[in-house]
Amino acid sequence: MSSPRLPGSTGFDGAPTVTLYDEDLPPDNSYAFSPDELEEDEMILNMGPQHPSTHGVLRIELKTDGEIIKDSRPHIGYLHRNFEKHAENIDYQGVIPFTDRMDYVGSMGNSLAYALTVEKLLGITVGERVACIRIITAELQRIASHLLAMGTYGMDIGAFTPFLLCFQQRERVLDLFEWLCGARLLYNYNWVGGVSHDLPDGWTDRCGRFLDEFVPVLDEVDRLLSHNKIFIRRTGDVGIIPPEMARDYALSGPNLRGSGISWDLRRDDPYLGYEDYDFDVITGTGAHGPIGSCWDRYFVRVREMYESVRIVRQALERLPAEGDVRENVPRFIRPSAGEAYCRSEAPRGELGFYIVADQKKPIPYRVKGRSPCFVAMGLFHEITRGEMIADIIAIIGSLDIVLGEIDR
Amino acid sequence: MTGAGIIERLAARLALGDGAFEADAEAADPWIRLPGERLLEAAKFLKSDPELDFDTLHCLSGVDWPKADPPAIEVVYHLFSLTRKHWIVLKVRVPRSGGRLPTLEGVWKAANWHERETWDLFGVRFEGHSDHRRILLPADWPGHPLLRDWEWPDTWHKIPVKPGRQMHERAETGQMSGVGPFD
Repeated sequence: MSSPRLPGSTGFDGAPTVTLYDEDLPPDNSYAFSPDELEEDEMILNMGPQHPSTHGVLRIELKTDGEIIKDSRPHIGYLHRNFEKHAENIDYQGVIPFTDRMDYVGSMGNSLAYALTVEKLLGITVGERVACIRIITAELQRIASHLLAMGTYGMDIGAFTPFLLCFQQRERVLDLFEWLCGARLLYNYNWVGGVSHDLPDGWTDRCGRFLDEFVPVLDEVDRLLSHNKIFIRRTGDVGIIPPEMARDYALSGPNLRGSGISWDLRRDDPYLGYEDYDFDVITGTGAHGPIGSCWDRYFVRVREMYESVRIVRQALERLPAEGDVRENVPRFIRPSAGEAYCRSEAPRGELGFYIVADQKKPIPYRVKGRSPCFVAMGLFHEITRGEMIADIIAIIGSLDIVLGEIDR
Repeated sequence: MTGAGIIERLAARLALGDGAFEADAEAADPWIRLPGERLLEAAKFLKSDPELDFDTLHCLSGVDWPKADPPAIEVVYHLFSLTRKHWIVLKVRVPRSGGRLPTLEGVWKAANWHERETWDLFGVRFEGHSDHRRILLPADWPGHPLLRDWEWPDTWHKIPVKPGRQMHERAETGQMSGVGPFD
């Protein structure tokens, strides 16, 4: 005798709370590895997309033998919005908020790269004051972004205190930005030909005060985390990217410099007058383990914050007292030139935009964002091969990815 | 090396006659447009030649030109040399449907994900690619959305996906979209 249905009547067909029936479910083809090809003792393991250490919604498909990773494939696209399609339908200035949402913890760098590209297309140059303000905001953003990377990296590895200290300081940068343009994360600040708001009265003083107070805290966090024995053991010999591989995969930013390649756009292909500033390009030294390890990439970011502080101090000094920050903002953008590609050193690497102009319309024909995190994720399977599952966490954190930028 | 020098050297090496390629050395980013069958050869030369030494494939984009004659998708390769600090832009045109190109994965490994993205969003096939799956969109997503004539599906597995008409209509009529400085 079959058991009676409790809530429904016995004549009811189907299960009413199940809304998706089998034939409506997407086909299960989101796996790169097939169970049929596994050797003995191997298994396929999914990590993410809800895993807290994947820094967003990233799913990694692992082929493991016990704790050892045999192979891995990242699956991305959970945050895909295709801003490139949207950009086909909105005017040039209107794309800027979309670029803000790519790398949402480094928005200043995104809109800066986009604005530089459109300016290259139009042949506009910005005034000295705008250039200084852009450098100040970009470097403060780099500090905020690297603080986030450093704090969460420590937490991924198991150190909680640096996270709190880093976030306190990051909060102060966000406060400065909020005072500057009203937003804390997505600023819409760098416009084509200028910036949206001039610096408020007293902003530079408070910014200088922040720098003075920030450096001792950074020293302290550095002492707490960077040379901690456990931290070095977790990161010093893990996720090695040799320089040749870094070049082959076109890595950029701290990830490239972590592999010992001295390349920084701010020095080697300067924009906004970076050539007049005095700062050092930090590269990985291989102090703990082979060159290009997770620790090297992490430590490049830590040292870069000191350099950013130096740059901001210089920019505050040479900031012209007068100048209209919207002077060169064009009322109507319809470029005559065909196309342009321009890149800038965003906190996570070289962010580039490729824009093809529609010469008849005030709307770009094609906008392509070249995202450094997307490129960095492309070599993920190479550096995880042969590592342990726990090292995956260390490797993801050391690449400092933001999924909003990978998925765009 | 200047853009003109790079273009000249590449054309000489590939023995391309005047009619076989187009190039613009005066553009902001000097570019050269090659026939698709010469792409792999050109890429290998650009990487291995010590004078040129293009060690990174910086960016790879697709651009759809449905109104060109013949209609084509242009695949654009931005190459950069970290040692020589110079740029060149390679362009290749393929047909809008069923376009095929050789993969450059064997020359620059960075091509792997970029080519997957171009397949995903434009529908260009890369022959010999080691992992030719879609990358950003679900495997059963209809069509390739960055084609200019791609149409939104109303729903995807019962999930409404079509955006509101407002933004698109305002753009069509030439109105500002209300997010820039002069809304």
